[in-house]
Amino acid sequence: MSDGCGAPTQTASLPATVDLANEAVIQGTVVREGTPVSGAYARLLDATGEFTGEVVTSEEGVFRFFAAPGDWTIRVLAPGGVSVDSQVTAQVGEIAALEVAI
Amino acid sequence: MSRSDVLVDADWVQAHLDDPGVVLVEVDEDTSAYEKGHIRGAVRVDWKTELQDPVRRDFVDKTGFENLLSEKGIANDDLVILYGGNNNWFAAYAYWYFRLYGHQNVKLLDGGRKKWELDSRELVEAVPSRPKTNYVAQEQDHTIRAFRDEVVEAISTKNLVDVRSPDEFSGKLLAPAHLPQEQAQRGGHIPTARNIPWSKAANDDGTFKSDEELRKLYEEAGVDLSKPTIAYCRIGERSSHTWFALHELLGLPDVKNYDGSWTEYGSLVGVPIELGDAK
Repeated sequence: MSDGCGAPTQTASLPATVDLANEAVIQGTVVREGTPVSGAYARLLDATGEFTGEVVTSEEGVFRFFAAPGDWTIRVLAPGGVSVDSQVTAQVGEIAALEVAI
Repeated sequence: MSRSDVLVDADWVQAHLDDPGVVLVEVDEDTSAYEKGHIRGAVRVDWKTELQDPVRRDFVDKTGFENLLSEKGIANDDLVILYGGNNNWFAAYAYWYFRLYGHQNVKLLDGGRKKWELDSRELVEAVPSRPKTNYVAQEQDHTIRAFRDEVVEAISTKNLVDVRSPDEFSGKLLAPAHLPQEQAQRGGHIPTARNIPWSKAANDDGTFKSDEELRKLYEEAGVDLSKPTIAYCRIGERSSHTWFALHELLGLPDVKNYDGSWTEYGSLVGVPIELGDAK
């Protein structure tokens, strides 16, 4: 069976099948007044602002992307017209971590 | 064909939730979101386990599709409203698939699950029970489905629209950025393809852009709208979204979705592959 391209359920830690040495991971948490926000939409935009991927935050408010090395923008969407952009730089073998307050 | 023949907005769905003859269907690859809440009355279709053959890489056959729709309680004359997560990719795929098997009365909920959630509209956990039907499908309509040989022949002759992200198109990434990157196929794109990511056809909230914006988008990227077009991505769902924009919204007569897409093409022996930006 072929797997589709759908976003997987987001987990708090890196899936065991992933070898971080080969991946440029961007990972973060969406919070509102210090509390994690689940069900927010995190969009990954490349250096030109082009959409690259989107996931829904987990119960712990976590989102994660396997990017390429370079500069990226994370755009978080939530009900009530919330749209917050954050800049992040990814490198292979590392987890670029961020917290997005909405 | 007008936009309202193929697309409904969230207000329309809200107003017609209880209409007899209207069936809401939530479609996704990972259907766990359905369990936490779905639009009232919606039945669930699992893209992975219910629309794909469990052994071969292909769709369920005509009999399989008939059984599936019968079990879900969908009748031939029902108006089916499809929606889902992932910006409606899998719902658009299901739309294409319903058309492929001859179901004419089908529409997409514009913006899908995301727009519904961002609007803070009601989601329920109750699973509806619908009486079984006796659904009869048509033979597959191959005027909307492209196969690999046709795609190779289309190089330099038809429009090839690669709807993956620019980094997947250039060969930098092998899969969307929310997935791990170790994959079997080679990176790159089909020569002469134009790269118009599916996301350019959608707004941030997942709704489709206007016909004028869509027409401008494809024309400016070098797509000759008077010529036949084949859309592809990695596996065929994102390109269903673009197939919907080109064939259903803009009404272009000859648009096919290549569901084999890059996971097939990038694994073929001997076919040409181009790297980097569009030439």
